[in-house]
Amino acid sequence: MTTSAQTGVAPVRRLGRRHKRVLPGFGLSLGISLFFVSLVLLLPMTGLVVEASGMTWDQFWFTVTDPRVVESYKVTLWTALAASLFNGLFGLLLAWVLVRYEFPGKRLIDAVVDLPFALPTAVAGITLATLFSQNGWYGQWLAKAGLEVAFTPLGIVVAMAFTSIPFVVRTVQPVLEELSPADEEAAVSLGASDGRVFRKVIFPSLWPAMVTGVALSFTRSLGEFGAIIFIAGNTPYVSEVTSLMIFIRLQEYDYAAASAIAAMVLLASLILLFSINLWQGRYLRRLEGR
Amino acid sequence: MSITIDQISKNFGGFQALNNVSLDIPEGQLTALLGPSGSGKTTLLRIIAGLESSDSGRILFGGDDVSQLHVRDRNIGFVFQHYALFRHLTVAENIAFGLESLPRKQRPSKPDIRQRVARLLEMIQLPELAKRYPAQLSGGQKQRVALARALATQPRILLLDEPFGALDAKVRKDLRRWLRALHDEYHFTSIFVTHDQEEALELSDQVVVMSQGKVEQVNSPTGLYARPESRFVFDFLGHVNVLAGVVKGQKLVQGDAWVSLPAVRNDQEAQLYLRPHEVQLARTPCAQAKLPLRIEAISLIGSEVRIELAPEGWQSDEIWEIGMSHAEFARQNPARGEFWYAVPGVGHLFVADSAQPRTIDWQYTEAANASSM
Amino acid sequence: MASHNRRIGDQPWVRRSLIGLAMALTIILLVIPVVLIFVQALGTGWSTFAGNVLDEYTLDAIGLTLFVAALTVPLNLVFGTALAWSVTRFRFPGRKLLITLIDIPFAVSPVVAGLLYLLLYGRNGWLGGWLSTHDVQLMFAWPGIVMVTVFVTCPFVARELIPLMQQQGSEEEEAGVVLGASGWRIFRKITLPNIKWALIYGVVLTNARAVGEFGAVSVVSGNIRGETNTLPLHVELLYQDYNIAGAFASASLLAGIAILTLIAKAFVEWRQSQTEDAAPEEGGA
Repeated sequence: MTTSAQTGVAPVRRLGRRHKRVLPGFGLSLGISLFFVSLVLLLPMTGLVVEASGMTWDQFWFTVTDPRVVESYKVTLWTALAASLFNGLFGLLLAWVLVRYEFPGKRLIDAVVDLPFALPTAVAGITLATLFSQNGWYGQWLAKAGLEVAFTPLGIVVAMAFTSIPFVVRTVQPVLEELSPADEEAAVSLGASDGRVFRKVIFPSLWPAMVTGVALSFTRSLGEFGAIIFIAGNTPYVSEVTSLMIFIRLQEYDYAAASAIAAMVLLASLILLFSINLWQGRYLRRLEGR
Repeated sequence: MSITIDQISKNFGGFQALNNVSLDIPEGQLTALLGPSGSGKTTLLRIIAGLESSDSGRILFGGDDVSQLHVRDRNIGFVFQHYALFRHLTVAENIAFGLESLPRKQRPSKPDIRQRVARLLEMIQLPELAKRYPAQLSGGQKQRVALARALATQPRILLLDEPFGALDAKVRKDLRRWLRALHDEYHFTSIFVTHDQEEALELSDQVVVMSQGKVEQVNSPTGLYARPESRFVFDFLGHVNVLAGVVKGQKLVQGDAWVSLPAVRNDQEAQLYLRPHEVQLARTPCAQAKLPLRIEAISLIGSEVRIELAPEGWQSDEIWEIGMSHAEFARQNPARGEFWYAVPGVGHLFVADSAQPRTIDWQYTEAANASSM
Repeated sequence: MASHNRRIGDQPWVRRSLIGLAMALTIILLVIPVVLIFVQALGTGWSTFAGNVLDEYTLDAIGLTLFVAALTVPLNLVFGTALAWSVTRFRFPGRKLLITLIDIPFAVSPVVAGLLYLLLYGRNGWLGGWLSTHDVQLMFAWPGIVMVTVFVTCPFVARELIPLMQQQGSEEEEAGVVLGASGWRIFRKITLPNIKWALIYGVVLTNARAVGEFGAVSVVSGNIRGETNTLPLHVELLYQDYNIAGAFASASLLAGIAILTLIAKAFVEWRQSQTEDAAPEEGGA
């Protein structure tokens, strides 16, 4: 270390290197992050790649297009779509009510919305299965109406919807809170009807958040396992989801088949994840006016 | 301690924030970095502090190159634009933070620190708020605490980023006066960034006007106001009345308006800049100029009467403004909607081929004309 | 409020029907299921409940679950904090990618997550094969359960911290540096108090998920009673054995943790709104 003689300015550290970072801990924090991300998130992917590359293309294609597996894709996709669309509407309703109105029990509802994230999926699964079983609290009433939920694809929708309730509420709520009352007041003062104000003034600000919420809800539903297997009945070709297909192949010790299907699922979820992030980045940028 | 800024350049992505800036900040003076947003003034301040690194160039404190020195070791005081008070520490703890961060050998004892904090609280006139948290303070109080915190370790250089930007007008004036007094008492070298020309002119010993990453002009407040050297500085120092026209036969002409000029090459475009106090009003045109205007608005607020006028029979991008004393206003009694003529006293002429203005004083010409008649 | 008259949806009938509908759906979808868990668990009396909970295998499952959580939470606490610090306090190439990468566990099906680990560290995996020649078995044993749990829960702390730290900005930390504070001192005295509540909530969420993870754990556990059976797996086992009261007794413990999590969240949000509303917390140093 050198000390400048005349004025006693503090010693020059790290001579010859420009101090690009003012705040401390860049190397340490990034090092920990990269190490962790590589070890926990990325390294395990190599196992899948190795396993899947052990198959020929024909084998791979045969496995992932097996009719029972294809049927499971279909079931998973349409139930997840139904569940996330339901949550789009229910989430919007909850967010609206929680932001716009004061009423007794509001705080409780606000807290309970997050229950599906806190409650283990297996617990949710046996609970929903019990509620909707033929002599369950809900099942017996629905049976009278001729509606069977437990052990049908409808049960899958219920389980998926339950586990992803918070997504839309929690993405729409902050946007609704930030919405300036002035725009709405201006529209109302110009004589627009409530429906028109909602469609023309409020909804355009909300829908990017709603799309994000619905997409997150959809992604989660695609991968859901614990809550579904108890209520779905798991009948091949009818109510088997893809996650379960992978699980079944594993129990048959058919690792290659499990990997092939998992590779498809993983690819789909990663594409969804990156699209959601891109989409969020884009609409956030637009909101910030850049 | 004097500060030398030697050929500093800085790019952010494709944006050149600073373009080869060199500057001397004399010891013990209060210097203002004045400019619009995006002029690079805050970037320069942060580079001096060491919060940002420059792409090239050097920063010297009292002749020593500190470019490679970490902020922590530069021994400067820095007051952030939004104060950056530690929200989870009390006022007293905030002020003591720097002292408690000193290496064990240099760190004063606990009672010493307490005493110094008490003294600083006296200095900022807020001893009763020692136990408060930042969120419980007003903007002006936060600003003072931020200052005390920056001064606690007795830095020889104090840097302030838009120190009064977030305060309302009244508090801002009080604080300005207080900061000036503080500076005169302690004589540290200070630099503050501002976009408010009034603030820069009132508070500082030296003003550095910046624009688009370059220094436009450096001068004392009086010098700067008397001799702005560029169109930019003119525009930035307050309202200015502009007559843009063509030089024809010793006159600058546009539409019905003209102003007599000393020897200037004919048939070139030129702009005459006149500040509100450099123009008077008359009922009839005078010998050196004919500038017909209609009064649009009269504002009686303040120490001066401000009159806004629109050109009649010629054009200007912005409305004209003329300032006169209340006594003069009472004597002339102009009213809204009336036609008047502007009489230039002093003007600053920009011709197309030169960046620097030429100052013209008609009072002299008028006197000469009068004596020759 | 006067301004309310000028906002839409404020007519009493609109308001009442929307609130009514939201309430009804919330009760049907969220409240009654929780009630059911406790009714089923306690329906056959306290002594049966106690017997179910104090069953040897249940106690083993509770023990293993707590052990897994106790290892997972600190690991993810360190990782989440380090990641949030690096991506909110610095700009570097790949920063956005890093933020996206940590969302992977949210997007990937837990079954796939478990499978990834099984393929790599299982006896046939390229790493697991090597490990087994050295007599290290990770899958179908507790280390595997911990590993997949770390995978599944690693985004929670970072996800809580990143938006908060982004919004708070780094001016306070910069002020700390200018005042000469060391990195550790800046973190402890400036950053930590500012992110304390979000950090606690991140830990609570990590813990809730670590305790409750089912899909990923069931792939790598091997379901050996008394050894690799976590509480959620135990719930499944009992349920498949038609021991409904036993399954719900264990489920009620997990539901209890979930309710505590919600309470903790409400508390943390309340604390944060308190600090934002200018009221500082603990007085004095």
